[in-house]
Amino acid sequence: MKIAVCIKRTPDSESRFKIAPSGTGIDETGLKFDIDDFASYAVEVALRLNEKEGAGETVVLAVGPDALQETLRKAMSMGAERAIQLKCDSQPFDGLAVAKALAAELAGGGYDLVLFGKHAFDSSAGIVGTATATLLGIPCVTAVSQLEIAGGRGTARRDLEGVSELVTFSLPAAVTIDEGIARPRYPSLKGIMGAKKKPLEIKPAHLGAIRVVVSSMALPPERPAGRIIGEGPGAVPELVRLLQTEAKVL
Amino acid sequence: MQDFFNIESQLSEDERAVRDSVRRFVDERVLPIIGACYVEGRFPRELVPDMAALGVFGANLPEEYGCAGLNNVAYGLIMQELERGDSGVRSFASVQGALAMYPIYAFGSEDQKRRYLPRMAAGEVIGCFGLTEPDFGSNPSGMITMARERPDGTWRLNGAKMWITNGSTAQIAIVWAKTNGNPDDASIRGFIVPTDSPGFKAKDQKGKLSLRASDTSELVFDHVELPADALLPMSGGLKSPLMCLTQARYGIAWGALGAAMACYEEALSYGQNRVMFGRPIAGFQIQQERLADMLTEIVKAQLVSLHLGRLKDAGTFTPQQVSLAKRNNVSIATDIARESRRLLGAVGILAEYASMRHMANLESVYTYEGTHDVHSLILGQAVTGLNAFQ
Repeated sequence: MKIAVCIKRTPDSESRFKIAPSGTGIDETGLKFDIDDFASYAVEVALRLNEKEGAGETVVLAVGPDALQETLRKAMSMGAERAIQLKCDSQPFDGLAVAKALAAELAGGGYDLVLFGKHAFDSSAGIVGTATATLLGIPCVTAVSQLEIAGGRGTARRDLEGVSELVTFSLPAAVTIDEGIARPRYPSLKGIMGAKKKPLEIKPAHLGAIRVVVSSMALPPERPAGRIIGEGPGAVPELVRLLQTEAKVL
Repeated sequence: MQDFFNIESQLSEDERAVRDSVRRFVDERVLPIIGACYVEGRFPRELVPDMAALGVFGANLPEEYGCAGLNNVAYGLIMQELERGDSGVRSFASVQGALAMYPIYAFGSEDQKRRYLPRMAAGEVIGCFGLTEPDFGSNPSGMITMARERPDGTWRLNGAKMWITNGSTAQIAIVWAKTNGNPDDASIRGFIVPTDSPGFKAKDQKGKLSLRASDTSELVFDHVELPADALLPMSGGLKSPLMCLTQARYGIAWGALGAAMACYEEALSYGQNRVMFGRPIAGFQIQQERLADMLTEIVKAQLVSLHLGRLKDAGTFTPQQVSLAKRNNVSIATDIARESRRLLGAVGILAEYASMRHMANLESVYTYEGTHDVHSLILGQAVTGLNAFQ
């Protein structure tokens, strides 16, 4: 199958963040970047589907500046055959603009499947997958935790609150990937060296107008310190009184 | 570990990617089991296929022999990350790559290279390195293992080796022996000895309190018959095994740094969480001084290792430079492991925590591949011109 996986470069999710002096984003100094978690699951899903078939091509795409190339090479070191950087000065927050750039590249590319992470952990917007699918005029199934493809049709499992549903669809289609699919492989050392020889195309990103921007970003207010009322059953009456009169939750 | 001196900026994208992959492997596959393996006295052999698939065996040897073809800084980072897990696991990789694959690569015929190296990179053939003998450790030139050549080119090997990592696990042993009754170390040659040869015996050395998650064995050669093509044709004299040791020592310098980092991180994390007298113990002056000392030595060792790696890649490094790095890095690592163990207090004696395991392991690393004192003499001779070995 010809599978496209659209990925995003995000900071390592375990980093501690500070707001940048501009106040419109995070301070990137000293941060480690990698493929966004859900997007890396999507890369893994694509690789496994093609491994199962014994044939096919996995192409990774991303929209943004040259710093992305390292992230695209990471996906190629996992096994993706080709990468495309849709180049622009900075990674737009506007999901529709990103979707337009991706759809412009993907249209007519003969992709059987286009995969995305369910959402990026930094923006948590979840727009790009569904918007790109709409622009391409293909069906989209979101938050998929298990995916099988056979005979030009897909079966996807979605894990909802307390229940799972199975969705079937025909190809070509777009799928956004959730957790539940097994862990993404770490690149082998040969994979890392081999990625340097795989093709990475750089093309301009056709974003159209950017209509949504982040105007300011701030850390949440600090939680006030907890108060220890007392110990043992003797402390309960006072606790109840405070919950009624101070916290006003009873 | 916080990159206090921004060493990251000195690494290429590939080098960082290699380090991150091996780190992930160690976090996911080694750390969850290694405390138990250490207590049981068992090398986790089940990890070998995945280590091979990752590409860590002979990682700095060329791609044409099935290896990853990485540069020496990347190789060093692999050893650093493996030993951040455990010195025994890193020793397995050091022996396989630097002491079994490297001699075949450096001294073997093209046929031997093609026959063994790809399978060794794939972890299908495990090797060990037979130099040290029961009575000849720091003085390998005194070895008595002897190989005698017959008119038809075949050899008969007799002798014994001791303290051999992978000795009971390996399919081949690279054995260094004097030849044809000549006691001079110029007669030393290397041989590829299949461990299933009649007369070859390997025996696990029991009772170890260090490097417990590692196979350490004695080897006995009782009239072992070897074909002519067992000889490593380009080997000759003590210089050959010493060249292999230089390769291994380079990796060990990085490895010790990894152990030091693991202990420092454990101490720092514990110190920030353990509350005593109303505050985290990392907030008290004595502990801060200790953490500062650990951090300082780690940064210095990182810079020594990195620069040595760049010199090695440029082809201009010397064995004496490797001695300096091995001696320094292992020494500081033993100190850091001990101080970390102490900072952990009572829990620091449990296998659940890494510091005491590292502390015990590092005693072997201090002693093997040239003891600390042997490297002192190598450096002493290098700077004074005077041989103080005897």
